[in-house]
Amino acid sequence: MSASRASHIDSRSDTPRGLSNNLGLKALAAVAACSVAASAGAQMSPNTSNGYNLPFGVTELSHDIYGLHMEAFWICVGIAVVVFGAMIYSLVKFRHSQGAVADTTMLHSTKVEIIWTIVPVVILVVMAIPAAELILKMEDMRNADLSVRVTGYQWKWQYQYMGAADGISFFSTLKQDSNFARQLHSGIDPKTVPNYLLDVDHPLVVPSGTKVRIILTSQDVIHAWYVPDFGIKRSAIPGFINELWFKVDPGKEGIYRGQCAALCGRDHGFMPVVVDVRTPDDFKKWVEEQKAALKQASTPPADAPRSAQVLNQSPDLERH
Amino acid sequence: MAQDLAHDAHADSHDDHGDHAPTGIKRWLFSTNHKDIGTMYLVFSLIMFFIGGSMAMIIRAELFQPGLQLVDPGFFNEMTTMHALIMIFGAVMPGFVGLANWMIPMQLGAPDMALPRLNNLSFWILPFAFTLLLSSLFMPGGAPAAGWTMYPPLVLQTGDAMPMLIFAVHLMGASSIMGAINVVVTIMNMRAPGMTLLKMPLFCWSWLITAYLLIAVMPVLAGAVTMLLTDHFFKTSFFNPAGGGDPLMFEHVFWFFGHPEVYIMILPAFGIISEIIPTFSRKPLFGATSMIYAVASIAFLSFIVWGHHMFVDGMPMAAQLFFMMSTMLIAVPTGVKVFNWTATMWRGSLSFEPPMLFAIAFLFLFSIGGFSGLMLALVPVDFQYNNTYFVVAHFHYVLVPGAIFGIMAAVYYWLPKWTGHMYNMALAKTHFWMSAIFVNVLFFPQHFLGLAGMPRRIPDYAVQFTDWNMVSSIGGFVFGASQILFVIVIVQCVRGGKKATAEVWDGATPTGLEWTLPSPPPFHSFTVAPEVK
Repeated sequence: MSASRASHIDSRSDTPRGLSNNLGLKALAAVAACSVAASAGAQMSPNTSNGYNLPFGVTELSHDIYGLHMEAFWICVGIAVVVFGAMIYSLVKFRHSQGAVADTTMLHSTKVEIIWTIVPVVILVVMAIPAAELILKMEDMRNADLSVRVTGYQWKWQYQYMGAADGISFFSTLKQDSNFARQLHSGIDPKTVPNYLLDVDHPLVVPSGTKVRIILTSQDVIHAWYVPDFGIKRSAIPGFINELWFKVDPGKEGIYRGQCAALCGRDHGFMPVVVDVRTPDDFKKWVEEQKAALKQASTPPADAPRSAQVLNQSPDLERH
Repeated sequence: MAQDLAHDAHADSHDDHGDHAPTGIKRWLFSTNHKDIGTMYLVFSLIMFFIGGSMAMIIRAELFQPGLQLVDPGFFNEMTTMHALIMIFGAVMPGFVGLANWMIPMQLGAPDMALPRLNNLSFWILPFAFTLLLSSLFMPGGAPAAGWTMYPPLVLQTGDAMPMLIFAVHLMGASSIMGAINVVVTIMNMRAPGMTLLKMPLFCWSWLITAYLLIAVMPVLAGAVTMLLTDHFFKTSFFNPAGGGDPLMFEHVFWFFGHPEVYIMILPAFGIISEIIPTFSRKPLFGATSMIYAVASIAFLSFIVWGHHMFVDGMPMAAQLFFMMSTMLIAVPTGVKVFNWTATMWRGSLSFEPPMLFAIAFLFLFSIGGFSGLMLALVPVDFQYNNTYFVVAHFHYVLVPGAIFGIMAAVYYWLPKWTGHMYNMALAKTHFWMSAIFVNVLFFPQHFLGLAGMPRRIPDYAVQFTDWNMVSSIGGFVFGASQILFVIVIVQCVRGGKKATAEVWDGATPTGLEWTLPSPPPFHSFTVAPEVK
């Protein structure tokens, strides 16, 4: 990976909300928002984003994406400085009211036109090469340690584990308190609901430091599985299988939140994606608990995901 | 120019030229006159701009704070869907067709459009199409709510509005195709003697290319929605996986239409800006020929980039790479255009009348939309940006300060020519400053929302997104309200005002045949073709 991207990553402070290299965005933010929203970003963010920039994230891919994003951003800023600079200079310097006289002989210049065709091409190639490298990396689904089949429904997600955790399967829906608060005229202040709209009854549980492959499909309409901190988003399409992978950095265990990112009907805004990242040992423990619960097929224990029960009772739902 | 004699002859008798035209309502219903039809298109576009805008106000009001305060999530989806359909097909496209109707014959030295009856039909289809579309709001199941992109299988869940949506899209498409054919035939056949294609004004050029895009892609959209219709009512399975169909195929077909459509909405604005900047820079357009080639290359490239709307839908790696590179390539001709406009202002003599102000805002803000577009083209980062507010910010930057500012610039540029009166410059400038400032307050924070992870098309959001949404909504309300000034300026100008001269912008250097006609121009623009050069 390019040196500039590495430096972006290195220069970040250890806290995920390190603001060191976001001064440009901050300045733009200030210009755009006047003072009304000076507090934006001060609130707790649902992910490692600082409230106005892409999250740095907790996976290798999300770090790479962040680097590429910042690289593209600064290239755009550079071009903007030059082009907008020339425009502003013209607006100030060549004013009719200041007695400027137009140079009507300036019709075209083949030399200049060739330059400003070639230079952008070079810049684009510079941007495209690391992007292409990263595409290759993102598309490499080999050697996954854990595979989970994720199925979108209106409006919930189903998680079905494969491989060593085979048999564990449950639905993940919006948590009750958010669901009450989000009703029209509910009278409940969303600010009083913890993780409003971003919490579910049963999150997907995955181990850190492990390459997890997600196999995506849908049973009704198109959904999209999106966790900003993992740097991934893919559509869940009925009749299609899409794949993606992520590997959460060791030491970054925790809860990561995202949302459905494809319009999927009335409650599109209310089917969050929540991933509970645990250490490999904790994950192993969790798998054993779930499997033990599954074995007592007739009476699953109360702490087992409720939907495992639902699944057993629904012959129309395909069991993995 | 040499045609002075020609129009002197009809300048004083231009009222008589309307002698075959009926008066009253029949003048409009049966009109075959390019100016009357152009006026109807523009008024229609303005009405749709306010209807679509009021839907945007509902969206911004609901998003002002987290929690649902005003509307049901289903109705919210109806609003986002209808807002897009109305703004694209009702406001922007008819706006440009209205300008084409008014200006192309006058710029070419022609008496009228080549196919006047087709012209009448293509306009009068629109009120029916939009009555049909808007009345779907009152149908069981509500208006279409699956997004303007109409992706199956979701769109197949639409209630009684479904056939109305599809028939409305068919009508809009038919209208656009007829309008486009008229533009092509007029430009190819009715140019004044001596006006070779390369001498043609840039507005005509950009519209000629746009017309070919329309003819190429509107039938594709019609085909796509017809397949939706048969899937819904006749049990075909074009897009139904259970029957062996393919929902992704719709996306491919739709975006094969959809991406050229994006350029249909911006190329005429490029033409307008290329007319206005030289006028108020008192200097000919820099690199006029390369401007034409740039528009043509953009039009060609627009056919081979559709995949960039679908990166997250799963695509072979080779396709990802191809669509990324082809998309980035569009930045080259677009860059050439921006550089040429800048070079036109360079060493010019600039004055800042309302059309020039809008053109300058276009330059800056459209470029910002271009930058975010370039970032979106990068596949890996698109996996983060896709379907978030970053995309919303991007396309609103190219459509509002791009296409809409282009139309407003054109109206402020040619309105005195059309009406024969100068308008209230102070009020127009107020309209400009309100629009230019608040369009940024409205859309710039949406970049931050998208980057921070807020998906688009959601009626409610996590509380962490509150601040920027409030800023954006405030920007939206003020931007919306300031458009009333636009209507006031136009109405006042139609009613009266200081007489406009034939050249209108006396201190500046407007070029083109339209400025050789008196203001307002005679009913039939050029009864005797002027000689060019």
